[in-house]
Amino acid sequence: MTAAVAFFYLFSMIMLASAFMVIAARNPVHSVLFLILAFVNAAGLFMLAGAEFLGMILIVVYVGAVAVLFLFVVMMLDVDFAEMKRGFLQVLPIGAIIGGIVAIELILVVGSWTVAPAGSAPVGSPITPGVTNTVALGRVLYTQYIYLFQAAGLVLLTAMVGAIVLTLRHKVVKRQVIAEQNARTQASVVEIKKVPFRAGV
Amino acid sequence: MAVSLTHYLVVAAILFTIGVAGIILNRKSIIVILMSVELILLSVNINLVAFSGSRADLTGQVFALFILTVAAAEAAIGLAILVTYYRNRGSIAVEDINAMKG
Repeated sequence: MTAAVAFFYLFSMIMLASAFMVIAARNPVHSVLFLILAFVNAAGLFMLAGAEFLGMILIVVYVGAVAVLFLFVVMMLDVDFAEMKRGFLQVLPIGAIIGGIVAIELILVVGSWTVAPAGSAPVGSPITPGVTNTVALGRVLYTQYIYLFQAAGLVLLTAMVGAIVLTLRHKVVKRQVIAEQNARTQASVVEIKKVPFRAGV
Repeated sequence: MAVSLTHYLVVAAILFTIGVAGIILNRKSIIVILMSVELILLSVNINLVAFSGSRADLTGQVFALFILTVAAAEAAIGLAILVTYYRNRGSIAVEDINAMKG
């Protein structure tokens, strides 16, 4: 048993256990924290499979951005989450049945499936030995997949604009109106009052 | 004994099942549903990366990168809709979302 196999089992066990806790935890903050743990372990699995760049991206993008976004939203909304968990036991049989059916189907697919012999299918962009994963990925991403890459950027831009438009609130804010400021004259602003002696205003 | 493609596929299949079961079990809490969708997308990514490694083809990793992009955009938009909905209705229970009579 080599170290790679040991680490594969370690990462996948922790990932599956924390994925189970994501859907089973009573407190959604705990769910988000277990989601972070699942993503970190998935990043370890990616690195074992030879995708170092994707593993790092998973940590940076998911753990650093998406999971923290979830955490902020969970903490921002004042929702009675215990109320939401009610009825969990009633749907448990249905969920177990449907999950079991999906699991059996997937296991049948994996079990009855055989790998095509090497060289039978054309390889789109082969991994050249001696080149780091990031460099190799950049070489295909910026040449062969440049239009898809631009489209992915467009998707992210749309998501950013959409999220801002959805959540921006136009409150009553004092704004500077330069035309009004310039239109002020001494006559319209300054007022001279005659104050009687020793009487005050 | 080395880590084979089947190992990764089995792990991804279990993760996918957990995600599907999470959607059914937590059908009242839309935040947990969104997290389950993230788990399902993660299992798809594990499949793509495992195939990419076993076939020595980078295309799988490129696709996993695009799926990551779409998943991040989906999470941002979904949570923004959630916050807006909570402001308007004061609740995010899934069964209360019936204004469109769907």
